[in-house]
Amino acid sequence: MTGTLEARASQNQKSAEHSESELRAVLRYLRKNRIAMIGLFIIVLFVLCAVFAPLITKYDPTATNFGKALSKPSVQHWLGNDELGRDLFSRILFGARISLIIGLISVAIGLILGVPIGALTGYFGGKLDLFAQRAIDIMIAFPGILLAIIVVTVLGVGVENVMIATGIASVPVYARLVRGSVLSIKKMGYISAAKALGIGEAAIIFFHVLPNCFGPVIVQSTFQVATSILWAAGLGFLGLGAQPPLPEWGAILAKGRVYMRVAPHLTTYPGLAIFLMVLGFNLLGDGLRDALDPRSRKF
Amino acid sequence: MYSYIVRRLLLTAPVVIGVSVLIFLIIRLIPGDPAVAIAGVQATKEYIEQIRKELHLDESLPVQYAIFVRNLARGDLGNSTLTRRPVAVELRERFPRTIELTLIALLIASVVGITAGIISATKRYSLFDNISMLVALFGVAAPVFWLALMLQLLFSVHLGWLPSTGRGTFLHFILPSMTLGMASAGLIARITRSSMLEVLRQDYITTARAKGLAEKVIIYKHALKNALIPVVTIMGLQFGILLGGAVLTETVFAWPGVGRLLVDSILARDYPVVQGAVLVLAFSFVLINLVVDLIYAFLDPRISYHSRESE
Repeated sequence: MTGTLEARASQNQKSAEHSESELRAVLRYLRKNRIAMIGLFIIVLFVLCAVFAPLITKYDPTATNFGKALSKPSVQHWLGNDELGRDLFSRILFGARISLIIGLISVAIGLILGVPIGALTGYFGGKLDLFAQRAIDIMIAFPGILLAIIVVTVLGVGVENVMIATGIASVPVYARLVRGSVLSIKKMGYISAAKALGIGEAAIIFFHVLPNCFGPVIVQSTFQVATSILWAAGLGFLGLGAQPPLPEWGAILAKGRVYMRVAPHLTTYPGLAIFLMVLGFNLLGDGLRDALDPRSRKF
Repeated sequence: MYSYIVRRLLLTAPVVIGVSVLIFLIIRLIPGDPAVAIAGVQATKEYIEQIRKELHLDESLPVQYAIFVRNLARGDLGNSTLTRRPVAVELRERFPRTIELTLIALLIASVVGITAGIISATKRYSLFDNISMLVALFGVAAPVFWLALMLQLLFSVHLGWLPSTGRGTFLHFILPSMTLGMASAGLIARITRSSMLEVLRQDYITTARAKGLAEKVIIYKHALKNALIPVVTIMGLQFGILLGGAVLTETVFAWPGVGRLLVDSILARDYPVVQGAVLVLAFSFVLINLVVDLIYAFLDPRISYHSRESE
């Protein structure tokens, strides 16, 4: 009797070790992936810039200085000045805050709405699923940035509405992804076992189904932050996003475009910032996908 | 396969209806009084009333929708509140401009992407592979409007080789279509590479090698056809994404297409034109997706409705 208990205890310990070592294996694989680490480094760098922006630069991103309007990069103003003489480096630093916040909040909106829709429709199926799938088909019928543009058209311009718009535009992505994962998880033996044990549906979804969708959702979210940042910058560029004097990268680029011939730095650097941030999230996303997929892991 | 085609066609109907409802709602969901929003805050009472009448905003929603659909069936999308021109006429002029740009961009993206993907897969980890995958990453991450401006800066401002904006000659196509196609080329290259690598691992390729077939024959006759199946799907999806991207590209290059029309009308609060432009873009995307799915069914005889759904 004690023997079996002991055996069971050691088995439990083993399974705990197994789940821990799985996470460790993922992290170890990720750490070894140089490209993913470059991505992480870029992201961390931008996060630090965003958090410590007021300490890094002494210039207020909205303070005008007409004497310096359209000046080229110099020792005092590393990236030059814009058409109102504002320091471009400060504007890009503070712009990192806006882009990161937009990226994170829009992904949060996508997750909060999309994951439950995907989980419930995938798990229960039936009419609910049929209805939700058609609704998602309708959302997907608007290509790329267009759904976000429509939402902004209705809600009006501004940073908050951009977050909502890009968030809503990412809902179908999560709903589809989670539904697909749930459909395959649902057929697993441990779900039948949980049902046989009389565990409630809600608990099964929460504790047994959703944790197993975690991997693909994390990978998708990393890519989705990048996409949302790109969309938000696109909306800002079109004049449908953040409004002046907010130092949003897309909006800075749109203003700078007018002076492209005399002050090309106004278009080059904000775009470079968007590109690097998006690249960072894409590289990390690629790495995470490889690390979370045991088939592609090579040691 | 035929039941798949029938079901796929049947599923398109609710999407088309849903899209039309959503587009119909664009004007009706504007917070406050839509008639005031369209006419502008400074508009006279009479003008606001005229807009309200013109768009039937005084009717109930179902009646408004019925009128919207009836007019749509007649090809009547209302008049621009700005220019008073019929929206349908405006779209008829603009839409072919967007399609030509999108198609050329897709063509460039496919040729460049598939070629780079095949070479990368067959010469894995070579210098070409590394460089082309780096360029692909760049293409996917670079904002299309920034890329557009950088290319303008280089080829129009500095070198003076290509016109920076407008439409007219063959030269005018180069920058906009390259810009628009860049991200798609990157994605198509990556998908082609991984799909090709997957196929090259299959048993039938090993068999072909064991038979002593030339590597070229193996790659182009045996592997490519199967490797291209996922690429075709991606190309179809990319066509839609390019239509969305055209909004940005057309704005930068002053290209007289639907995308630029859409942005201009949103900024001018010309909502009937907004509706028309969104409608054309969304319906084309639905149609493309339908065609891609049907092509997919022909390419891969294993496809059935069921297997597609559980993907």
